[in-house]
Amino acid sequence: MAYQNALAALADPTRRRIFEALRAGPAPVGRLAAKLPVSRPAVSQHLKTLKEAGLVADEADGTRRVYRIDPKGLASLRRWLDQFWDDALDAFKAEVEKEQSKGKNRT
Amino acid sequence: MTRTIAIAPVRKTITVEAPQARAFEVFTTQMTRWWPATHTILKVTPRAHIVEPRVGGRWYSVGIDDSECDTGKVLVWEPPSRLVLAWQLGAEWQYDPNLITEVEVRFIAETPARTRVELEHRHIERMGEKAEAVASAVSSPGGWSAILESFKAAANG
Repeated sequence: MAYQNALAALADPTRRRIFEALRAGPAPVGRLAAKLPVSRPAVSQHLKTLKEAGLVADEADGTRRVYRIDPKGLASLRRWLDQFWDDALDAFKAEVEKEQSKGKNRT
Repeated sequence: MTRTIAIAPVRKTITVEAPQARAFEVFTTQMTRWWPATHTILKVTPRAHIVEPRVGGRWYSVGIDDSECDTGKVLVWEPPSRLVLAWQLGAEWQYDPNLITEVEVRFIAETPARTRVELEHRHIERMGEKAEAVASAVSSPGGWSAILESFKAAANG
């Protein structure tokens, strides 16, 4: 679930610091790395995780990528709903067919 | 940020080996038997998920301590072929009577014993205002714990 991903992503203190640094406004990887005692590749990796969790978005600015807090967070929400309805309909199907097989005495 | 970003509806199709009327009945009046246990906004274990069988009927959950939580309401009630529910939970996973996202469920008889169920959850972007509130809570001093709590509530949901 995306929300669990978001929680897991934020459980890491370094990622939390990076996320909080973005509260000040959009920033490229280099500027974030300069503010934190973390290497630039490590910051990139953390940003990738935050992005996958739907917490930040990025866009190209020339040759660099600028990261910002995802203002809507809806991509994450949609992913969660998508997975939720898959699970719900599978459970629904199992229940309907269980009842039917009981009634018809088949497996 | 006032621009509205349309989010594609979530669409699902599943085929069940059951007559149309039976599929509609299990989906609605027997929701308790299949609604995923992982999803509830109750603070306690749910004992029932109720869809009142009429337009305007409540869609809610009842906990083992008899506490109740609304999920939404019935917008269209056309047994055995069509149902539209209002899903009124926002991005913070709280019931909001002013928020309406729609879950339309169509039951199509493929044969007398087989039904195709098509589900569409649309207007998800309306949750955006709430999501934006979450984002601004993050941006405000002391807002950090608020978003963590809402994510935690959603994940534990």
